[in-house]
Amino acid sequence: MAFENRVDIDHSVHDIRMEAIKIFEEKGFPTKKDEAWKYTSLNALLKNDYSVFPKEESALEFKDIKKYFVHDIDSYRIVFIDGVYSSHLSQTSHEGLDVCIMSSALTKPKYQLVIENYFNKIAKKDDSLTSLNTAFSREGAFINIPKGKVVDKPIQILHFATGKESSLMLQPRNLVVVGENAHVQIIERHQSLTDNPVLTNAVTEIYTHKRGIVDYYKIQNDNQDASLIDNTYISQQQSSHASVHTFSFGGKLTRNNLQFFHKGEYINSTLKGITITEDKQHVDHSTLVHHATPNCESHQDYKGIYADRSTGVFNGRIIVEKEAQKTNGFQQNNNILIDDKATVNAKPQLEIFADDVKCSHGCTIGQLDDEALFYLQTRGIPKKEARALLMYAFANNVLESVKIPEVKIRINKLIAMKLGVNIGFDL
Amino acid sequence: MAYTEEELKKELETKEYEYGFYTDIESDTLPVGLNEEIVRAISKKKNEPEWMTDWRLEAYRAWTEMQEPEWANVKYKKPDFQSISYYSAPKKKPKYESLDDVDPELLDTFKKLGISIDEQKKLAGVAVDVVMDSVSVATTFKKTLAEKGIIFCSISEAIKEYPELVKKYIGTVVPKKDNFYAALNSAVFSDGSFCYIPKGVRCPMELSTYFRINQAGTGQFERTLVVAEEGSYVSYLEGCTAPMRDENQLHAAVVELIALDNAEIKYSTVQNWFPGDKNGKGGVFNFVTKRGLCEKNAKISWTQVETGSAVTWKYPSCVLKGDNSVGEFYSIAVTNNFQQADTGTKMIHLGKNTKSTIISKGISAGKSQNSYRGLVQVQGRAENARNFSQCDSLLMGNECGAHTFPYIETKNKTAQIEHEATTSKIGEDQIFYCNQRGIDTEKAIALIVNGFSKEVLNKLPMEFAVEAQKLLEISLEGSVG
Repeated sequence: MAFENRVDIDHSVHDIRMEAIKIFEEKGFPTKKDEAWKYTSLNALLKNDYSVFPKEESALEFKDIKKYFVHDIDSYRIVFIDGVYSSHLSQTSHEGLDVCIMSSALTKPKYQLVIENYFNKIAKKDDSLTSLNTAFSREGAFINIPKGKVVDKPIQILHFATGKESSLMLQPRNLVVVGENAHVQIIERHQSLTDNPVLTNAVTEIYTHKRGIVDYYKIQNDNQDASLIDNTYISQQQSSHASVHTFSFGGKLTRNNLQFFHKGEYINSTLKGITITEDKQHVDHSTLVHHATPNCESHQDYKGIYADRSTGVFNGRIIVEKEAQKTNGFQQNNNILIDDKATVNAKPQLEIFADDVKCSHGCTIGQLDDEALFYLQTRGIPKKEARALLMYAFANNVLESVKIPEVKIRINKLIAMKLGVNIGFDL
Repeated sequence: MAYTEEELKKELETKEYEYGFYTDIESDTLPVGLNEEIVRAISKKKNEPEWMTDWRLEAYRAWTEMQEPEWANVKYKKPDFQSISYYSAPKKKPKYESLDDVDPELLDTFKKLGISIDEQKKLAGVAVDVVMDSVSVATTFKKTLAEKGIIFCSISEAIKEYPELVKKYIGTVVPKKDNFYAALNSAVFSDGSFCYIPKGVRCPMELSTYFRINQAGTGQFERTLVVAEEGSYVSYLEGCTAPMRDENQLHAAVVELIALDNAEIKYSTVQNWFPGDKNGKGGVFNFVTKRGLCEKNAKISWTQVETGSAVTWKYPSCVLKGDNSVGEFYSIAVTNNFQQADTGTKMIHLGKNTKSTIISKGISAGKSQNSYRGLVQVQGRAENARNFSQCDSLLMGNECGAHTFPYIETKNKTAQIEHEATTSKIGEDQIFYCNQRGIDTEKAIALIVNGFSKEVLNKLPMEFAVEAQKLLEISLEGSVG
C-alpha cells in the first residue's frame, strides 16, 4: 500500500483501516447498477486522476476566506486547508469540552477510550465510499462534549481546497460525541478556491447520548468544479434530539447520505434541506431513518428548485422495525422544475413492520402558481422578484427551524443570490 | 357477545382455503422440462403456423440468456424451470355444442366457484370464455359479439383464424425479451384470450375469462391480447381461483392491451390463487407482466383486487404514448399469513397532456409482507403531464409489513406530480365507536376495511364488485386491527 506510510500504522485503528481497504477493493466505487446510486453516476468525477495526499502545504490569510465563515458570531473554528489542519485560522478548545482534530484524537492516549468506543462504530462498514474514507482519512474534526455541557457558541468546521494540486481528493473524517444533556451546534462547509477539480468524500459520525441535542447545519455552496459526497451517520440515545439541515446551492455533484439510527425511546430526528441548482449541477439527497425503538418521531422535509439542466434526486427511506410501535415518521419532498431540461428523480420509501405507527410521505413535482405570480405582479412586484418571493416562500418551512439567527440570515442571502435577486428575505 | 382478538385470530388461521378442490379431468400433458423441443412441441400441438413457432423459439433463446429478477421485495424458493410441465390441456375434445356435453365434473367445479355457466349465461351482459388448464373449452355469447364484428376467442384460435391481427400486435407492448418471465411466457404460452374491437364499436357486454390452474405441477402461462380499434370501448374482466396444492405453482402470464386513438379499455382482475396454508406452505407464484399502450386520446384503466397467491409480482402499466391519453390504476392488495406481494404500476408519460391516476390500497395481516412499487416517469416531451398517486396501507397485527417504493422521474418542467402515502392501523377508537353502536368487532373490521377499499371497489364492474367484496371478507375475516 503506497498510502500506508502516510497513515499511522501503529495504532489500533490500523486494523479497522486494513479491513476498510479490503471492503473497498471488493466493492469499488458504486455504479448506477446499485439501487442506491440508480440516479447518480460518479463516472464523470472518477475520470480525474486525484492526488489523495497533497505534496505541499498551503497557507491562507483569514481576510481572504473570511466571507466563507459565518463571521458575525463568535464561534469555535476548525479549519482545514487541502485536508491539512490550519492552526492559525482555527480556534479550538480543551476547556470543559474537546473541539480539536482527529489526528490528535487518534494519537493521544487520553482519547483512546473515546476512539475505541466510537470510531467507525455507526458508520456503515459495507459501504464502499465510507470504507474508502475509513481507510485513507487523515484528518477531520473531533468534538467531544461531556455530560451536561451546553456549548456556549457554535462550532464551525471549514474545509478549503487551494488548487495547488491539479485535482484533489479530500477525505475528511469527523467524530462528534455529545454527552447526556449536552447541547451543541455545528456548522460545516466545504469550499474550493480554484477551478481545479476537487472531490470530497467526507464521513461524519455523531453520537448523541440521553437527552443530548445536536443541531448540524451543512452549507453547500461550493464552486462548479467541486464535488462532495457526504456520509453522515447519527446514533441517538433515549430522548435525544438531532437535526441536520442541508443547504445545497453549489457544487458540481453533491451526494448527501444521511442516516439516523435510533437506540432508545422518545427520540426526535429532524432532516431538512433546501436545494437550489442551476447549470448542470446534480444534487442527490439519500436519507434513512431507522426506527428500531418505540415512541420516536422523525421529520423529513426537503425542498428543491431546479433550473437549467440540473438534476435533483431524493431518495428517502423510513424503516420502522417491529419493536418500534407508536412511531411517527413523516417525510415530505417538494420540487419545482424551472427549466425544460431540469430533471427530478424521487424515491420516497416506507418500510414498515410495526402496526401501531403513523407514517406518511408526500412527494410533489410542480411549478410556481401562475395566479400567485400574477397577483404579485399586479401589486407592482417585477416578475423576477415575484418568482423569487414565491420560491422563497416555498422553501421557508425548512428555514423556520434553523436555530442560529446568523445562519438563517446567511442562508437568506445565499438564496437571494442564487435566485439572482437583490432583496432581503427578512420579511 | 364478546368476540376477542384471540378468537378472531384463531378463526382466521384455521380458515381453510374455501376454493381448494381438485377436479379430476384427464389431461394431455407434455413431459416435464423445457428445451427447444418442448417449445416446438407446444407449438405443434396447437397447430401453429411457422412464424409463431419461430417467434416462440426466439423468445426461448432470449430467455435462456436471462437472469431471474431479484430486485422485488419478496423471498421465495426459486422454481425449478426444468421440473415443470409446460403444457396441459383437457383431453376431451372437440368443443362442446351445449352445456350438456360438458364434463359434469367441470361443471361441478364451476358450481363450487359460484360461477356456473348457466348462471353466467342468464346474467345478461357477461360472456365467459372459460379457460380450464390452458385450453378454452367453452365460449358463450360469441354470436352476439360476432354481429358487432368483435372477435373474442382463445389466442390459439386467433393465431389460426386471424394471423394477420395477432402478428401485427403480439409482442408490441410487451416485447418477447422484455423480462425473464415475459420471455418464458412468450416461449411456452399455452393459451389465453384474444379480443379485438373494431373501429367505433362499443362492446355491449363485459367480456370475462376465468383462469384456473388445475393440473398438478402445471405452470400456467396465459397470454392475453386486447386490441381496441379507434374510438372503440371494451371492459374486460379476469378472475382467478386455484385449487389447493402443496407444491408451489408458477403462474407467469402476459397481458397486452392496445388502445388506438380515442379507444378505451377497462381491464379488471380479481385474483384469488391459492395463497398457501397458514404455515406458508404451498401457494401460487404469480409473476405477471401486464402492460397497455395508449394512442391519442385513448384511455386504459387497470383495476385489480389481489387477495391470493403466495408470492405476487405484478405491475400493470400504461405507456401513455399519444397526446391527451389517460392511464389509471386502482388496486387493492390483501396479504395474510405468509403471503408476499410486490405490486404496483408504471405510468410512462410520453405524449402531451397525458394524465395518470394511481390509487393503491394495501392491507397486510398475519405474517405477510405487502409492498407497493410504482414508477411515474415523465419524459422530456410530455408537456403538461399530470399524475396523482395515493398509496395507503393498513396493518393488522405486528408481525406483518407494509412497504412503499415509489419511483418518480420527471424531465419536464410543466409536469405536475403528487404522491402521497400513509400507513396506519385500524384505530381502537373506530372499533369502539362501532361496538358502541351495536356492531360487533368482526363486522366493524369488515366495515372499516370496506371503507378503506371503497375507492377501488367502486371502479369494478358490478358483477365483479360483489365477488371482490366477498373475497376481501374471506381473506381478512378475523384479522384483528
